[in-house]
Amino acid sequence: MSLEIKNLKVYYQTLRGQVKALDDISFKINDGDILGLAGESGCGKSTFSNSLILLKAPMKYIGGEVFLDGKKLPVENYEKMKEKRYKDISIIPQYALNAMNPTVKIGKYIHDVFAYKNFSYKGVDNELKRRLKIVGLDEGILNMYPIELSGGMKQRMVMVIATLMNPSLLIADEITSALDVSTQKAVSKMLVEFRDKKFVKSIIFVTHDVSVLYQIADKILIMYAGKFAEIGPAEKIIHNPRHVYTKLLVKAMPEVGIKFSDTPLTGIPGHPPLLIDPPEGCRFIDRCPEKMKECVKEPPVIKVGEDHYVACWKEVKKNA
Amino acid sequence: MGKYFRRKIIIYLITFFVAVTIDWLIPRFMPGDPINALVGRLSNYPQATQVAYSNLQRAFGLNIPLWDQYLNFWKSLFQGDLGISITIFPKPVFEIIAEALPYDLLLMVPAILASYFFGNKFGAFAAKKKKLDNWVLPIWYMLTATPYLWLAILLAWAFGVVLNIFPIAGAYSFSLTPSFSFDFVFDLLKHWVLPFLSLFIVQLGGWAIGMRNMIIYELDADYSKYLETMGVPEKLIRKYAYKNASLPQITGLAVQLGIIITGAITTEIVFSYPGLGHILNKAILQEDFFLIQGCFLFIIIMVLVANFIIDIVYVLRDPRVRHSIGGEM
Repeated sequence: MSLEIKNLKVYYQTLRGQVKALDDISFKINDGDILGLAGESGCGKSTFSNSLILLKAPMKYIGGEVFLDGKKLPVENYEKMKEKRYKDISIIPQYALNAMNPTVKIGKYIHDVFAYKNFSYKGVDNELKRRLKIVGLDEGILNMYPIELSGGMKQRMVMVIATLMNPSLLIADEITSALDVSTQKAVSKMLVEFRDKKFVKSIIFVTHDVSVLYQIADKILIMYAGKFAEIGPAEKIIHNPRHVYTKLLVKAMPEVGIKFSDTPLTGIPGHPPLLIDPPEGCRFIDRCPEKMKECVKEPPVIKVGEDHYVACWKEVKKNA
Repeated sequence: MGKYFRRKIIIYLITFFVAVTIDWLIPRFMPGDPINALVGRLSNYPQATQVAYSNLQRAFGLNIPLWDQYLNFWKSLFQGDLGISITIFPKPVFEIIAEALPYDLLLMVPAILASYFFGNKFGAFAAKKKKLDNWVLPIWYMLTATPYLWLAILLAWAFGVVLNIFPIAGAYSFSLTPSFSFDFVFDLLKHWVLPFLSLFIVQLGGWAIGMRNMIIYELDADYSKYLETMGVPEKLIRKYAYKNASLPQITGLAVQLGIIITGAITTEIVFSYPGLGHILNKAILQEDFFLIQGCFLFIIIMVLVANFIIDIVYVLRDPRVRHSIGGEM
């Protein structure tokens, strides 16, 4: 059991009230899993990944627990988390291209980080050089400034830095969003390789691009408006989605061989609700084409298959 | 790298040429005539006045066409000859300036360095303490907006007249002759404190504000955020932020230098401190062309040299600049 989230609730404190950006999320992933986390903008993806590693104002911990490798992760305690960050749980941030200090040579930068964290740099020196080779970077890069690197090189460099301590959990936050399609594929493949080589135990891959997930994720978690919608093996989510929202989301993906003139791509009409005052019950209710009278009540999470859970009243009815 | 500096030097030479030309023009556009003022003392003897006037005009080279005067000026400049002062006749301008310059350096170099150093430190310190910041920021804004000479007058009044701790005029007591004795150096320091303070305090505010804003900006930058998600102690985040924030401050120093020197000039006038400012003031009042030119020439040289040093420091400190001007050094 690598990562287990139990009823995690994180809100944003604003002057107008609490924004319920992450409301009662629970799931588990196993060692070696790559979990893809998908959803529209503002569904709570980033809030979720940030709350695991850097929970600070205006984010506010409301409740829930996080277990990493069977041990409780003190996410609500900023200071206590300091020693967990980077060592046990690490992140490749959305802004990976600007993540390194522009005025310090990369080698010196890694040295500094290790020295200030009281890690021994000597122990990882060889490993660092080995991993640079794996991602196709030259050793000489350590003697360069980040400005001398291309975007793709920076991304790979940050990837190596983030995983240097072999963390149990790596969060990859929208790391492919700023890249072109071919680089996207290379970066995603590298992540899989890192997992296979056991540089990281498991990965949470956050993206709004479901098609990227299909290539690399073992499991996919779909969130909607801060709520859990569906989690299951990647194959199942893509080919046999159960939640109405997931179905629409998958349908919005372009497919090879299908002409736009024959079957135009459809989006999901409407917008996600404002999370300061979300609707009662299922939060997708306003946009759901198949809503029923039960939907005004909170949908329970039910098991619909091996490792496949969904929170949708339609499934509850079907299985009743 | 070499190309960058060659280009810089050419730009500095052009600037020097234009500035010196303007320097030569300014006194000549001033109303009045210095020789007239000089021979004015002989007004009781009209004939003698005329002879003296034409003789002096010739002696100072002011009887030939302006264009020739200009060429002569450049010629003698390259020979290190800045002309003879009209008011402190017949002392060469170069000598007068050479005597005054040490006082300027004594005043300005410590004031610039100390205000830069402490201003940046205080600014960075305040940036992380919100309460303190709310308190001191308005004070800094007030300081930086204060005219040098006004603060100088206030200081002279408070510490010189009311409290009577520090002398308010001159660089040393007239009863002493310059020497390396303890008495003289102590006396020199006592005279130095107030002019130094008036320069130091005003500049301090500017540097502190600049640093405070830059630190806040840098602490919000992505690389700072990433260090935070790595759980790196705040000390390293601050260290990086301080270094990166100090880079624009160095540029600021280059921009500020001209203003600081003007400030030094007015301060010297208030305290009758015998530096360039004091002499320049006298020279302007008495229309001493050569002395005015000489003073401005040195101010021009000081600003240009200081800017050039800052250019070099900047290249050494910021790899991004080094990178953009053509590779590693």
